[in-house]
Amino acid sequence: MSSQDIPEENLPAERATDQHAHGAVGVADEKDPFADPGLPPHEHRVQDIDERAAKRSERAVAFMFTLSMLATVGFIASYVGIPHDKAVYVFPIGHINALNFALGMTLGVALFAIGAGAVHWARTLMSDEELIAERHEIAAPPEVKAQVLADFKQGAKESAIGRRKLVRNTMFGALALFPLSGVVLLRDLGPLPGTKLRHTLWSKGKLLVNMNTNEPLRPSDVVVGSLTFAKPEGLEEDDHEFQTEIAKAALMIVRIQPDNIKDKRELEWSHEGIVAYSKICTHVGCPISLYEQQTHHVLCPCHQSTFDLSDGARVIFGPAGHALPQLRIGVNDEGYLEALGDFEEPVGPAFWERG
Amino acid sequence: MSTTANTTDARSSRDKAPAGERVADWADGRLGIYGLAKANMRKIFPDHWSFMLGEVCLYSFIIIILTGVYLTLFFHPSMNEVEYHGSYIPLQGQLMSEAFNSTMHISFDVRGGLLIRQIHHWAALIFLAGMFVHMMRVFFTGAFRKPREVNWVFGFLLFVLGMFTGFTGYSLPDDLLSGTGVRFMEGAVLSVPVVGTYLSFFLFGGEFPGGDFVARFYSVHVLLLPGIMLGLLVAHLILVFYHKHTQFAGPGKTNNNVVGMPLLPVYMAKAGGFFFLVFGVIAAIAAIASINPIWTMGPYRPDQVSTGAQPDWYMGFSEGLIRVMPGWEINAWGHTLVLGVFIPLIIFPLVLVAIAVYPFIESWVTGDKREHHILDRPRNVPTRTAFGVAWITWYMVLLIGGGNDLWATHFHLSINAITWFVRIAFFVAPVLAFIATKRICLGLQRRDHDKVLHGRESGIIKRLPHGEFIEVHEPLSQEALHTLTAHEQYEPAAIGATVDENGVERKVKGPEKLRAKLSKSYYGEDGQIAKPTAEEYKEITSGHGHH
Repeated sequence: MSSQDIPEENLPAERATDQHAHGAVGVADEKDPFADPGLPPHEHRVQDIDERAAKRSERAVAFMFTLSMLATVGFIASYVGIPHDKAVYVFPIGHINALNFALGMTLGVALFAIGAGAVHWARTLMSDEELIAERHEIAAPPEVKAQVLADFKQGAKESAIGRRKLVRNTMFGALALFPLSGVVLLRDLGPLPGTKLRHTLWSKGKLLVNMNTNEPLRPSDVVVGSLTFAKPEGLEEDDHEFQTEIAKAALMIVRIQPDNIKDKRELEWSHEGIVAYSKICTHVGCPISLYEQQTHHVLCPCHQSTFDLSDGARVIFGPAGHALPQLRIGVNDEGYLEALGDFEEPVGPAFWERG
Repeated sequence: MSTTANTTDARSSRDKAPAGERVADWADGRLGIYGLAKANMRKIFPDHWSFMLGEVCLYSFIIIILTGVYLTLFFHPSMNEVEYHGSYIPLQGQLMSEAFNSTMHISFDVRGGLLIRQIHHWAALIFLAGMFVHMMRVFFTGAFRKPREVNWVFGFLLFVLGMFTGFTGYSLPDDLLSGTGVRFMEGAVLSVPVVGTYLSFFLFGGEFPGGDFVARFYSVHVLLLPGIMLGLLVAHLILVFYHKHTQFAGPGKTNNNVVGMPLLPVYMAKAGGFFFLVFGVIAAIAAIASINPIWTMGPYRPDQVSTGAQPDWYMGFSEGLIRVMPGWEINAWGHTLVLGVFIPLIIFPLVLVAIAVYPFIESWVTGDKREHHILDRPRNVPTRTAFGVAWITWYMVLLIGGGNDLWATHFHLSINAITWFVRIAFFVAPVLAFIATKRICLGLQRRDHDKVLHGRESGIIKRLPHGEFIEVHEPLSQEALHTLTAHEQYEPAAIGATVDENGVERKVKGPEKLRAKLSKSYYGEDGQIAKPTAEEYKEITSGHGHH
């Protein structure tokens, strides 16, 4: 569908070409009151007429440039003289780093003054007479186009690309194939996913270690209304894989009166009302960290998905698509909370193979 | 002999020429600079405040490159864990990546490092904001029309690439806030059907966060994206020079000329000076307004987060999409289709493409193949203006969605209510904005119409002998009359004859019908107010004199 089939008369008439020469002063045209009166006559500024005013402008511009020089000296002096950890009170911002403030302001003034001087110079001392430049159509004239097309045809004919199809087709084949090497080279950007997203460090018998104290948790450490974060036993902050492992294994633990737990499986997987859920939001993976004691709702601060921890951590609001995975816990012989296995479903955001 | 004479001649003229001219001669003999200067040195640029918006972008880009190069001298793009021993006491002894550690070093132990970091980040925000507003200026004045469509696309690509350069940039310090943003990106990538997990593993070199992404983002941020952007920017500027600048209608200004001041000296001074003004203002902002204080957030840990987590503003609309989308998930045949994340991921580029393709839709509707160098006043093209405002409304609704937690806490509103508002407004608000804008534009056209025919309201109230009060209207000058009536008005494109001269019926195809319909809504009776004709003007002015 081209636009050729729009009738010519639907296009507005070509704009009246400027018959009015530049500079013609606006005299009401008898024929067309809306005709272009041409460029209005140039009006002189005070600096054009009065040399004293021009001198004032000159001094103003020179003042700006001098100010800039002084500010640069101030910048260097600040750099040398102000200790980098000194704070200074600046109204109304408050206490800020003195060096940053001094360097930034002096640099700002040094630059701004150059700009202000140059602009003032242009506006008051350089000619402000408007000039006219003609435009020329971007498209080439027909004879140039004809020449180019003829040249192209000649070149194409001389190359014999149209006649020797075997050459042409194999060339296209070669050019189309070689980028594949580049694609193949990208393969080692990372390992294949495999089932890595399905497993975490949790396994049967691993103790739940308090994230803050680095001590294994006992049931008595978890009181109603508190929110505790835990990691699996053996995972230390300076481990090489700590970040990647905690991104999946992070756990949040709360205690709910067993009577208040609505979900049957949740109750089974808990210990005396202590329930352990993945801390990683099932939406896009933010760590959930806002807990409402009375309602047992947890809220993800990133996108506000809200989960009900007393009802299988089902989603009650927000963009998350499914409940938080629960970790089955119990107590070992020594009275510490332990995991009774890994999460039964992948933690964190959903993905194609999740199922 | 003649050769000797010539050489001595040349030598003597070389001796006489001033040093600057001799250097220019040397360069001209090798680079042909005189030809270049002839075309450009006294090039005419028209003056309008809105033409500075693009300059703001250009200059902030230069500032970003200058400060960015400085930052690379100190920044270590590595995720190796180190213990912090710098001069910021609260983080002493904490484990963090080298990326975070070196950013702390820049901020606290390199003199002026914090200033350069803050200039870099502020300039990035201003660069993106500048491009956004510049794009709106070009859109609402119709500066994207032929021959400038390609330059519109270049500008659009610069805006999109700028967004991703910004994102990869603010992710580099590996602080708690930016790491949360990267995690969000990982979750979004995982939602892609079939290949999502593979893409994520290739991007992060394995499981999130792994130890690779800072180094990879670094080369993307400092080399790949800025390299492409620099090329696009140069092409953008070359085209601006080549097409010559657009101008608003006015006395002496036609579609075939450019009226303004020459590059040398006026715009050398004004535009060159403006670079220093922009740089100076950004430096002053960086001196007084802290940005991205990573030390208050701490290093990234995938199991930690803070409230009020927000991306930089230009990514806010994507944040809005992800926040208000219902959590749809389809599980079937052992696979999961994560619509709740994937749909926003698809709409994200569509929001941008919606505005990018507009020039091509409009040129299809008008079928106009001529060059346009005179800018439209937004009111004179109500449908375009209404579309633009609807798009901005859409964008702003999503920005509200992206900051729904901040709206909730700052205005004491229910976050659920805000989310529902955004869900509904996403569909409704652009339509309302479209209707309202179109009506406002038509109202303004009517006012222009009245002003042309009846003159300007002078504010003088006159009492006539018989007691009636009237307001005196002053007739407009011819300059004003011309300016207010200089715009073109298209006729709606009708569907051509459906029966040809032989009586054979022609099938009217869908696209043709659609175009006729669109053309009618653009240029039909409801799309524009017919501008006053000379006859109307004469009748009124000669008929009963002045009011």
